[in-house]
Amino acid sequence: MNHVWIILIGALVGSSCSMLGCFLVLRKMSMIGDAISHSVLPGIVIAFLISGSRDSLVMMFGAAAIGLVTVFLIQMFQNSGVQSDASIGVVFTALFAVGVVLISLYTRQVDLDLDCVLYGEIAYAPWDTLHVGGHSIGPKAVWGVGASFLLNVLVISLFFKQFKISTFDPALAAALGIPVVFFHYLLMGLVSISTVASFESVGAILVVGMIIVPAATAYLLTDKLSTMIVISVLLSIISSVLGYYIAFLLDASIGGTMVVVAGVLFLIALFFSPKGVRHHVKFSHGA
Amino acid sequence: MNWISVFADPNTQWILFGSMLLGLSSGVIGCFAYLRKQSLMGDALSHAALPGVCLAYMVTGTKSIFFFLLGAILAGILATVSISYITRNTRIKQDSALGIILTVFFGVGIVLLTQIQHSHSGNQSGLDKFLFGHAASMIQQDVYTIAGISVVLVALCILFFKEFKLLSFDQGFAKGIGLPTILLDQFMMLLMVTAVVIGIQAVGVVLMAALLITPAVAARYWTEKLHVMVLVAGIFGAISGFVGTIASSMVNNLPTGPLIVLAATVLFIISVLFAPNRGIVAKAKLRGSVKSDFKTVAHQGVKEKSL
Amino acid sequence: MTDPLTVKNLTVAYQKSPVLKDISFRVPEGKLIGIIGPNGAGKSTLIKAILELIPSITGEVEIFGDSYKNTRKRVGYVPQRESVDWDFPTDALDVVMMGRYGHLGWFKRPDKKDKAYALKCLQQVGMSQYANRQISQLSGGQQQRVFLARALAQDAELYFMDEPFVGVDAATEKAIITLLMKLKEQGKTVLVVHHDLNTVKEYFDWIMLLNVNLIGIGPTEELFTKEFLQKTYGGSLAMLDANSSPIIVSPR
Repeated sequence: MNHVWIILIGALVGSSCSMLGCFLVLRKMSMIGDAISHSVLPGIVIAFLISGSRDSLVMMFGAAAIGLVTVFLIQMFQNSGVQSDASIGVVFTALFAVGVVLISLYTRQVDLDLDCVLYGEIAYAPWDTLHVGGHSIGPKAVWGVGASFLLNVLVISLFFKQFKISTFDPALAAALGIPVVFFHYLLMGLVSISTVASFESVGAILVVGMIIVPAATAYLLTDKLSTMIVISVLLSIISSVLGYYIAFLLDASIGGTMVVVAGVLFLIALFFSPKGVRHHVKFSHGA
Repeated sequence: MNWISVFADPNTQWILFGSMLLGLSSGVIGCFAYLRKQSLMGDALSHAALPGVCLAYMVTGTKSIFFFLLGAILAGILATVSISYITRNTRIKQDSALGIILTVFFGVGIVLLTQIQHSHSGNQSGLDKFLFGHAASMIQQDVYTIAGISVVLVALCILFFKEFKLLSFDQGFAKGIGLPTILLDQFMMLLMVTAVVIGIQAVGVVLMAALLITPAVAARYWTEKLHVMVLVAGIFGAISGFVGTIASSMVNNLPTGPLIVLAATVLFIISVLFAPNRGIVAKAKLRGSVKSDFKTVAHQGVKEKSL
Repeated sequence: MTDPLTVKNLTVAYQKSPVLKDISFRVPEGKLIGIIGPNGAGKSTLIKAILELIPSITGEVEIFGDSYKNTRKRVGYVPQRESVDWDFPTDALDVVMMGRYGHLGWFKRPDKKDKAYALKCLQQVGMSQYANRQISQLSGGQQQRVFLARALAQDAELYFMDEPFVGVDAATEKAIITLLMKLKEQGKTVLVVHHDLNTVKEYFDWIMLLNVNLIGIGPTEELFTKEFLQKTYGGSLAMLDANSSPIIVSPR
């Protein structure tokens, strides 16, 4: 049963991250996803210190708020003339450093392992179960990650049109009266919530990997946005199933192996897809 | 106060010296990375270094900084080549290519790290320090190596200052006047990988990016001249290394890396707020005056001619 | 009858220097207007400020006698072609359909009727055979036509177009201008940022001369003179003689 739980957690994390990842990749904001997944750490720790537990809604939203603060700070420094990737680098490292210091200072109160923060301990997730009326109803991680997955599906299918146009042509979207800034922060909020929900079981690195890699792979396989989202979700599920079994055979980090499998799938698409390396033609778009 | 005891300990003196030189050299190299719009390349390189370092350890079985360097350089070259290959040959843009390489390489590194932990029990204690850095665990031998490499890095930056400057500003022109730009490009990457590898010892994989970027961005606020910027970034880096290491040795259980990064961040925030011309305070003053200027002009305009 | 566009005392500034200074003008209905001026004159900025895409320091904009918020559906916008990523995973028809989003409101999906409308718009720009082509596979001129079809799909009465003629082939340029003239005949108002002084007389019945300040706006035959152009372009304009076309000599 534990195999099934772990694969399910991995697949849910992968699906909810990669579906958001499609928009991040197309908006050229992949590294903002990277930044958020690191910088929610102090949010998690502070919420932990205040509420004393790791699975409250308070923690989820506290950390998500830090994710939005990250995006806001990056934007602010960018507006004041710092290059975008430099401002990403400055902001997320600073917040991550705060998180690590807090964990080190309050080791006894905060039950978070520093290594776990990076590459997670999905292997232990099935034992941490949720109880309702004395009955176990499955691992907490499944419920947390599952909830964020459903939230993402709901929001993206409701506002698909708006996300699509504000990704493709923000100027026109704004002229049409679509609140582009609101959708930007809505997307970033979803990324933050998904990260927080996935963080403890799989760690920052799997989150980032699942945001960027399957989405980029799908980008090489289709010319349609909705298809791209479906493909990326499928790829992330394949990565978690295969990744789990390979990690099981090699006795290696499960989160790490899942990302490596996603990377191998990317490599295959890169060389064999009709839109990959061999057939890629770049049109010049004139002046 | 244990200030005095901190300074009196010869071992701490060495570590302090090492972290300052580290901060100095990464601050200097970070300037060029920033100006070449490759700020996050340092992040990618430090993550990519992990599998290289792990492989070097698995092959040689020793924690020698030279073999680590070799492994990291090979992994770094593979990473940069892959990033530019993906960007050039597919519709995937630079940021996603960077993200893919960063996470997948790090994933490989983590897999290797867990393999090492499972097979060489007891002997790997230093290796997991790579994730978050631990300057206090550096032995004198390490400090000698780090100090030596840092000095060489800074010296090379001074020696090739003119070439690096041109390359950062206008690669096309540099090529036009006959500079071997591809070679210089690779050379700069090599310097960055080297800075990353010795820096990882002190601040760890995740935060290494900050040691390269933060002092450089902070320095950019103070000056419009490249050589001043490089100098200021070096000094900021050295101060961060110094403050972070002192703080870490005074409070138990605190890893050095985050403290060095936080020290650099404080310098950055000070720069953002108070730097002349570019700082927020200076800009707010300027904007206020411009706005009121235009408002009065516009009002006069209304009076003079109405539609 | 209210004018399609009225601008009063519009000033836009980045940092210290103003990009547009105290611009006031009125545009009557049914005109095809070229916005003309040197690089950095604020031509695109003017459009963006009117559409509230960038903040202005002072000024009032009225579209059909009302604020832009209330008249969005009557306004069409064609941004510069380079402003979007043409590698985006979508096809030509889908891009045109985006023009319908303003009419759809928040939760409604485009339906068959919108699709048929979008196809009609593609037909009008002569692109219906490319409806299902991935947009990066289109040439520059074809991409511009897709953008134009999208503006048609907005079904507006007042259009703003930012350099629609840049980097397109001669056939596309002809197709675009024919379409713009047709829009004008239908009583619609079109403002076009334009670079090529050689075609101004042929294309536009009104022009707006802009160089941070508004130099003038009115019928082409009145304003397209050596005197006004020199005022607009300063020293960078050379005219060989009164009858020949003006040539811009870049000061650099």
